Amino acid sequence: MAEKTIRLKRTSLYASGSSPVNMIQAVFYNEDMLIYDLEDSVPASEKDAARFLVYNMVKNHRPKDKYVCIRVNGIYSEYLEEDLQAAVRANPDAIRIPKVEYAREVKNISERIGAIEKKIGLEEGKIELICNIESYMGVINAMEIAHSDPRVVAMAVSAEDLTASLKAQRTKKGLEVFYARNAVLMACRAAGIDALDIVFSDINDKEGLMEDTALAKNLGFDGKTCIHPRQIDTVNSYFTPSTKEIKYALRVLAAVEEGKKNHKGAVTLDGGMIDKPMEFRALTTLAQAEAAGIHVKGMVM
Amino acid sequence: MKNAVGREIPEKIGRYVVKPYTGAYTESPSGEPVHTLRTAGKHVSGDCKMLPSIEEAVKAAGLKDGMTISFHHSFREGDEIVGQVLTAIRALGIRHLRFAPSAVVNIKNPSIVDFVKDGTIDRIEASGIRGELGDAVLEGLMEEPVILRTHGSRPRAIEAGELMIDVAFIGAAAADEYGNATGQIGPNACGSLGYSFVDVSNAAKVIVITDYLVDYPCNPASISQQYVDYVVKVDRIGDPDKIGKGAARMTKNPRDLMIAERAADVMAASRLFKDNFSFQTGAGAISIACTNYLAERMEARGVKASFALGGITAAIVDMYKKGLVRVLECSQCFDAVAARAIVEEPGIVEIDNAVYSNPFSKGSMLDKLNFGVLAALEVDTDFNVNILTGSSGEMMGGLGGGPDVAAGSDISIVCLPVVRGRTPSVTKRVFTCCTPGETVAAVVTEAGIALNPAHKYYAELKEDLEKANMKLVTIQYLQELAESLTGVPAPIETTDRVVCVVEYRDGTVIDVIREIKK
Repeated sequence: MAEKTIRLKRTSLYASGSSPVNMIQAVFYNEDMLIYDLEDSVPASEKDAARFLVYNMVKNHRPKDKYVCIRVNGIYSEYLEEDLQAAVRANPDAIRIPKVEYAREVKNISERIGAIEKKIGLEEGKIELICNIESYMGVINAMEIAHSDPRVVAMAVSAEDLTASLKAQRTKKGLEVFYARNAVLMACRAAGIDALDIVFSDINDKEGLMEDTALAKNLGFDGKTCIHPRQIDTVNSYFTPSTKEIKYALRVLAAVEEGKKNHKGAVTLDGGMIDKPMEFRALTTLAQAEAAGIHVKGMVM
Repeated sequence: MKNAVGREIPEKIGRYVVKPYTGAYTESPSGEPVHTLRTAGKHVSGDCKMLPSIEEAVKAAGLKDGMTISFHHSFREGDEIVGQVLTAIRALGIRHLRFAPSAVVNIKNPSIVDFVKDGTIDRIEASGIRGELGDAVLEGLMEEPVILRTHGSRPRAIEAGELMIDVAFIGAAAADEYGNATGQIGPNACGSLGYSFVDVSNAAKVIVITDYLVDYPCNPASISQQYVDYVVKVDRIGDPDKIGKGAARMTKNPRDLMIAERAADVMAASRLFKDNFSFQTGAGAISIACTNYLAERMEARGVKASFALGGITAAIVDMYKKGLVRVLECSQCFDAVAARAIVEEPGIVEIDNAVYSNPFSKGSMLDKLNFGVLAALEVDTDFNVNILTGSSGEMMGGLGGGPDVAAGSDISIVCLPVVRGRTPSVTKRVFTCCTPGETVAAVVTEAGIALNPAHKYYAELKEDLEKANMKLVTIQYLQELAESLTGVPAPIETTDRVVCVVEYRDGTVIDVIREIKK
């Protein structure tokens, strides 16, 4: 797992495929993940035009320093096949699947992506998948979805549709989705993939966003989806590791390095075993620090 | 011939003899005494300056065919003085006037175009033209080219004898019957009348027009009775909703906020950001946001400014009230909050536009500026700035004080998005050059900050920004990025006929605008 590339996902921002201006502009904000959207933000009458625009944007003007996703239309929608055909050919880092409820849905999409990759000569399995969990069934099946396919690198909780499916009232505090957030988070941890938190909907409430992001970070999430570019810098700042966290990550990696030198199979630190997920987490911590402009090289451990 | 920014300029345009631009700081005043048409007057006790109508005042002032009339722009879009005066002049059959307001002409009802078409006006000298008039001029409405001047250049031109004003019409929010007038009180208070001082003290005749006549003496008085020939009370000087519009709200556009915050970061990272620094941030959406971000950084670092200059907004008044700025030197109030504050706060003072920006005076305040934040429509890879013409060549704005502020301030920061809609804003060559690149220190966009290697403070600003870990890019990078996103637009086709002359602040010609090919 240590060989896996670190791709930060502290912040995700959607840019509507039906808005060329939004797509151009989204490149310049500080989000780690830019999601070109073919689903909710695109009216039915513009689905084909949006697909064409997103294909061209990702193919020809893809931002170099971002994790680039395309959110396709729903699994059972009439648009999905054409979306997948265009999205795979555009070759993004990942395809984000909305409203995932069962592992078999993910497997099916992964196979369809594989077939297209093969047909056009792309490396098979390279395009990753992020599953949006947006219903009670998705939460119940989070564990099997997280483990459903090697392409799955993250799951994201989406609170709006989720609360509707729960018959719950959406509140700013978010107690109604607290369980769902944790259930998805634990499934991600079990599968060794990233967990992405819900959006904070009130774009004018910066304090509320700070409180909600602090909670997400403390619960263990790797990032949060932003509903508006104004939220990005605040969310990024919460996913910037503390000096203590950076120093611990450096110690973990130093211990791993030392173990490799001495050809040790098992490495320990402070009396505890260092496993692969811990090593990966340490690498992620350092990548988050670097992204925030913290120079970790030469830092005293 | 080609001028110093590489623009091809004719030697003569109609009756206008071109002095080509030679550099931002190369020209000097002639050394002659300043020109004025002001004459001595004589009044004795019991004399009355009040006249019953604008028509009567125009007659009394002796306005004749071919003369020059002037106005200030302090009522902004709410102004109804210009329309009333031109209507009265037309009724009197006076024609072929030179129309010389202090800023952009954008009155709609009645339209200036109608006064040009019927021959009341045949020359325009302003800081900009736009809307219906701008379109008509670009399509060849006028025989003589429109002369566009910066705020600083206008008082310079008046004193140099290039713009001699025969009759100055001064709209006043309040005035007394003997000519003392102000913008600071009354139902249509607009705050500072700073742009009219130079007109009042140099015109042959001065007519004050108000809808709010107060008992003598009007207090405060921005315009002194000693310069005023006649006073007219009208029913209405303008639209109160537009003259007294509230504070502009902070933009919510994330792109503009990002640019504004970066511009504030540039200032805060500079070694000039220390107690007693000075700044001018302006009134556009990015400017107001930048003012707020600057205030946050000043509070966080405990830094206080000595003065803020130029057009004042509620955001800057707020800084003053927090004790972050000692004095606001106010040539214009951009909103009702600023207009009210100038009356209430001792440290917010009305200043003469000539004191603010005239390059050929014995010292303008903007020469004391550390930071100037400027908006732009386009910037090119030589850092030349266009603030006049839009993507289709249309007239979008006025020169305002932008070129003056760029030349006067230590660090001038031009803020703009790299693309607007589907056209690039950072280009290889701006369509109209208004501000020479040598006076631009930094261009701040959402895609990065580019410093101008040819600017006098380049080395130290670069060092300061790098020390603050700010990512710098080249202007070429921004231009290539913009064009990679939008493609390269087809050039705007023009005829050879010059319809506008763009004067630099020293009176030389920095560019011309040619008629757009139909």
